[in-house]
Amino acid sequence: MIELQDIYKSFGENDVLKGITTEFLPGKTNLIIGKSGSGKTVCIKCSIGLFEVNKGAVIYDGRNFTIMSKSEKKSVRKEIGMLFQGNALFDSMTVEENVRFPLDMFSKKTKAEKNARVDEVLERVELEEAHKKYPSEISGGMQKRVGIARAIVLQPRYLFCDEPNSGLDPQTALVIDELIKEITIEQNITTVINTHDMNSVMGIGDNILFIHEGHKHWQGSSEEILTSRNQELEDFIFASEFLKKLKNQQI
Amino acid sequence: MKFLFHFGRYVNMIFALFKKPERFRMYWKEYARQMNNIGVGSLIIVAFISVFVGAVTAIQFAYQIQGSAIPMWWVGFVVRDTMILELAPTISCLLLAGKVGSNISSELGSMRVNEQIDALQIMGVNVRSYLVGPKILAAVTVIPMLVIIAAFLGVYGGLIAGKLGGYVSATEYQLGVLDEFNPHYIKLMYIKAVVFAFTLTSVAAYQGFYVKGGAIEIGEASTRAVVFSSILILAFDYLIAAALL
Repeated sequence: MIELQDIYKSFGENDVLKGITTEFLPGKTNLIIGKSGSGKTVCIKCSIGLFEVNKGAVIYDGRNFTIMSKSEKKSVRKEIGMLFQGNALFDSMTVEENVRFPLDMFSKKTKAEKNARVDEVLERVELEEAHKKYPSEISGGMQKRVGIARAIVLQPRYLFCDEPNSGLDPQTALVIDELIKEITIEQNITTVINTHDMNSVMGIGDNILFIHEGHKHWQGSSEEILTSRNQELEDFIFASEFLKKLKNQQI
Repeated sequence: MKFLFHFGRYVNMIFALFKKPERFRMYWKEYARQMNNIGVGSLIIVAFISVFVGAVTAIQFAYQIQGSAIPMWWVGFVVRDTMILELAPTISCLLLAGKVGSNISSELGSMRVNEQIDALQIMGVNVRSYLVGPKILAAVTVIPMLVIIAAFLGVYGGLIAGKLGGYVSATEYQLGVLDEFNPHYIKLMYIKAVVFAFTLTSVAAYQGFYVKGGAIEIGEASTRAVVFSSILILAFDYLIAAALL
């Protein structure tokens, strides 16, 4: 479990996060949603230590990440997998080398064991045929899957996904969502997804945190969204006329 | 104030290179890859330019002393010393500041902009040490080798030009090349090559590593890398010459 305790983060005069307190649960897909510029990405980057928080604490299963030394943070980071919005795959490496990189860098497994693990995760994300291809030679959806494979190859306890569906067609986005959800359940990972894709919100949102103007404005499940009385949340989720009609029908 | 900020961050980056590698074999692999990129990748251009620099030096010196009391075998002597002391290290490294420096800067800049550096950091990799360290170490290893090759080829280029232009015979040129050779000059050339190699790679890496923005900023960082490292190479050239000659 990851706990955010009264997190504040500002850049100069711009206060981005203003006292976020929440819990991200293991085995669940925890979503952070909000308008562009609401502080979703900053929240994720504060959680993984890419940004230092101004105030508050990030707790990983009882371990206060905020006050850890650099070496302690490093060891926690080895338990974290991250899928980036732009995938952040290494262009000069093949798919196999990309996935293998964390193993080569940190694992003490033998070469055969590493090969087996790479095969296993590539099979899990259904990319058995793409071993020797370079990121530039595969589609956006496949790149996402390589990103997921690289993120889970070291069997992380925590998985962060920054806009995993950006730039994907709706069908591929659903496949990626399902894949993340399945892996989360299979491996009992604490998964945190930053998204503003409504299909993801309604499809895989076990625990949804809605950030509005830097504050935690609402938290609940995808079912609870439909009955929430939160005006900002409703305005955000059901922004289009089509979705408003759909919601009324659902209720 | 801005200068102090950049200087402090640069020094901080350099100190970070000395941290213990997470996995020595991965650093070694990266070091070998960089030696290939910097060394083998630059060999032809450095060789090509050195031959012409030596040739031009020979022709210009021969032209200056034509009809004077100075014997023509001095052409070999002057080309040798000029190549070893100045042209091989300085011209080669200025060239490499453009080729290797801009390459390093844009590679790291792209990695920063595409979040690849963030990805490494989250994995727990010491990014400055892993991405910058092998580049600097590889440059400091292979650039002196390139400079030695450049010096040889420059002297050889002088011989070809001297002979083709009818200024000096091969025997006379050889006499000049072997005359009063001072081994200290080789040491000086090596020191220059190491200092220039460190300067051009570390400045380029610094510019690329801390890029913020997109394609335009990466381009600007590459330009700054070439300009700053060229200026610093010439400044260090003067300081080394003043201190060691």
